[in-house]
Amino acid sequence: MKRTTGEPLKKQAALGERIHTRLGLSDDDLLQMYRTMVTARAFDERAFILFTQGKIPFTVTGHGHEGAQVAAAKCLTPGRDWVLPYYRDVGVVLALGMTVRELMLGEFGKAADPSSGGRQMPKHWGCRRLKIVTQSSPVATQLPHACGLAWAMKVRNEEGIVWVSFGDGVASKGDFHEALNFAGIHKLPVVFFCENNYYAISVPFSKQSPVPRVADRAAAYGMPGISVDGNDVFEVYKATREAVQRALAGEGPTLVEARTYRFGPHTSNDDDRRYRSRDEVAQWKEKDPIPRFAAYLKEIGLLDDQEEAAIKAEAEKEVREAAAWAESQPDPDPATVAAHVYAERGPAHGR
Amino acid sequence: MAVKNVLEAVRDTLFEAMGRDQRVMVLGEDVGRHGGVFNATQGLYEAFGEDRVVDTPLAESSIVGIAIGAAFGGLLPVAEIQFADFIHPAVDQIINEAAKIRYRSNGDFGCPIVIRVPYGGGVHGGLYHSQSVEALFFSTPGLKIVAPTTPADVKGLLLAAIYDPDPVIFLEHKASYRAIKGEYPEGEFVLPIGPADVKRAGTDLTVVSYGMTMHYALQAAEELSREEGIEAEVIDLRTLLPLDRRTIVDSVKKTGKLLVVHEDNLTGGVGAEVAATVADEAFMYLDAPIRRLAALDVPSTPYHPALERAMLPSKAQVKEAILELARY
Repeated sequence: MKRTTGEPLKKQAALGERIHTRLGLSDDDLLQMYRTMVTARAFDERAFILFTQGKIPFTVTGHGHEGAQVAAAKCLTPGRDWVLPYYRDVGVVLALGMTVRELMLGEFGKAADPSSGGRQMPKHWGCRRLKIVTQSSPVATQLPHACGLAWAMKVRNEEGIVWVSFGDGVASKGDFHEALNFAGIHKLPVVFFCENNYYAISVPFSKQSPVPRVADRAAAYGMPGISVDGNDVFEVYKATREAVQRALAGEGPTLVEARTYRFGPHTSNDDDRRYRSRDEVAQWKEKDPIPRFAAYLKEIGLLDDQEEAAIKAEAEKEVREAAAWAESQPDPDPATVAAHVYAERGPAHGR
Repeated sequence: MAVKNVLEAVRDTLFEAMGRDQRVMVLGEDVGRHGGVFNATQGLYEAFGEDRVVDTPLAESSIVGIAIGAAFGGLLPVAEIQFADFIHPAVDQIINEAAKIRYRSNGDFGCPIVIRVPYGGGVHGGLYHSQSVEALFFSTPGLKIVAPTTPADVKGLLLAAIYDPDPVIFLEHKASYRAIKGEYPEGEFVLPIGPADVKRAGTDLTVVSYGMTMHYALQAAEELSREEGIEAEVIDLRTLLPLDRRTIVDSVKKTGKLLVVHEDNLTGGVGAEVAATVADEAFMYLDAPIRRLAALDVPSTPYHPALERAMLPSKAQVKEAILELARY
C-alpha cells in the first residue's frame, strides 16, 4: 500500500494549470501560508537570540520544517479536528491560530503562557480552545492519545479527524507501533504525520531504521504510507489533504512522511557540529522551503522581491515586539506551584 | 442487601455504571468476548457492544494511552491491566502522561481515567502474577491510588473513580476476588476517594493496612480481643494516594502504638510513609517504637508455596506482631 509521489508537482505545472489551483488553494491561501512560514522562521530565530542573550534558559527550534508544517496545518479545520503536535511545530500552532504573543509567553514561561503557565519548557504547546492537546517531552506518547481521541470521535459520531505529528526518532518507539497497529485495526480517522529530519538528536536515520522510508512501515499496519518531499509545500499539502479525506470518509488512517531537515541544533543545548558536516547542512539549505515557496509565488506573480522583504521585515518586527511584550509580563506566582495537581472542582464534570 | 464477593462487586459495578452512562467504556486484553481472565468484565460485551467494551492488542502502554485519548475526547474509560505484573510498559503513559496532564497544562486539560489493576500474591502466581506495584506509583502526585477489599468499598470507590476528574489506579487484590464476601449496596453508592476507614475501633494499638493483610489484621484483632482482651484499632487505608494522614495520626494519638502491615515490599513501601507521618506528627504520643510488617525485600513472589509463604506476611505474623506491640 506504500507509494511515493512520482513526478514533482512543479513539473506538471508547466503543462498549463497552476499546481495550487489544481489543489484548490487560492492566492490568498498561498500568501497566508507564506506569511505563516516566514513568521514561524522569524519566531524560531528570535527565540534562539533570546537564548543567546541569556533572556531564556532554553529553546527548541524547528527551522527547516516550516513548509511541511504549514502545508499540513492548512488541511486541518481548527476547532473541529484534534491536533497533537510536537515540539518543533511552530508553523502548525501558528497556522491553527495560536498567536505570536501566546507563543512568546511560552518561551519565557510566563504566568499567562496559555500552554502551561510556565510549568513546561518552551514549545510544549496545548490549547483546548483550538483542540491542540497538551504534550510532554518523552516522544511518541501522544500517538496512542490520538487513537483514543479518534475512538471517542468515532463512537460519538463527531465529524473531524485527529492529526498527530512526530519526528523520525518516534518510529523506533513502542508507542509508535502500538498506535499505528490499533489505528489500522479499527480504521480510525487519524493522520500520522512524520517530520523526518533524518536525525534523532545525533543519530542518523540510517542508524534508526532498516528501511529507507518511515512510510515503508505503514504496510505492517494496513494503512497507506506516503512519503513526500517535506520541503515542497504542495506535495505535503496534497498528501495530507488526501489523508484527511480518507479519514473523513471512514477509510482509516494514513502515515504521511514529510522528508525535511532541521537547520539548527536539536535544542539550544545541542551542538550539531559534533555529528554532521557543515556541507551537509549547506546542501539542505539549498532546499529551504521558504525561498522555494517564494520562488513559486514570484513565478505566478503573487510576490516580488520588495514584498518578500516586507513580509520578512514585518514578521521579524512582530516577533521582536512580542518578545519585548512577553518579557515584561508577570512571572508565575510561586504561590501557585501546587495548583492543578488534582482538579479543584468536585468529581463528575468529566474533564 | 445482597451478599457478593469482591469480583462480583467489580463486575456488577461496571455493569451499573455502563448501563447508566454512555460515556463509560472498558478496554484491555481479553475484556470483551472472553469477559476477562478473572471474569471481571463478563457480560459487558454482550450488553454494551464492541464500541464500549474494547478488546485491545497485547500492548499495555497503548491501553493506557488510548484511555487517555478517549478521556480527552469526552469518554470515561476504565482500562484493565490484566495483571499488575504487566503494568510496567505503561509506566510512561501513567507517570509521564496521565499524572502530569492537569499540572503541565495549568488546568486546561484533565485525565479522567481509571486503570483497574489486579494485584497481589498468595495465588501461586510466581514472580509475574503476584506483584504489588503500589509503591511504584505512590510517589507520583497527580495520580490517585485506591485499594478497596470489601464488596461495598469496591462499589463505592469504583464509582467514585470513574467520575473522578483525575487518573485513578484501582488496585484489586486477586486473593480477595472470591475469598472476601460482604454486603453489596444497591443503587447509587459512592464513597469519597481519600478518607481511610476505621474497620474496627480499639484502644490498645493502631494497625494500618490495606488489601488482604487488612483482612488478616481484622481477623487477628478479633481473635486477640477474645483470647487476650487486646483491642486493636484497624484502619483500612482504602485510598493510598492521597494518603489520609489525619485518620492515622488521630488514631495513634489515641492508642499510642502503631503497626503498619502491607503485602508490598518493606523498603520504600506505603508503610514507610505512614511510619514517617506518625513519627513527624505524633511522636510524643508514642508508647512503643513504630512497627512495620511487610513482604521480604526480594524481587518478587516465588512460585513454590513454601517459598511464597516465606516471603509474604501471614495472618499468624500479623497476630504475633499485634500481640508483641500490645505487650510492649
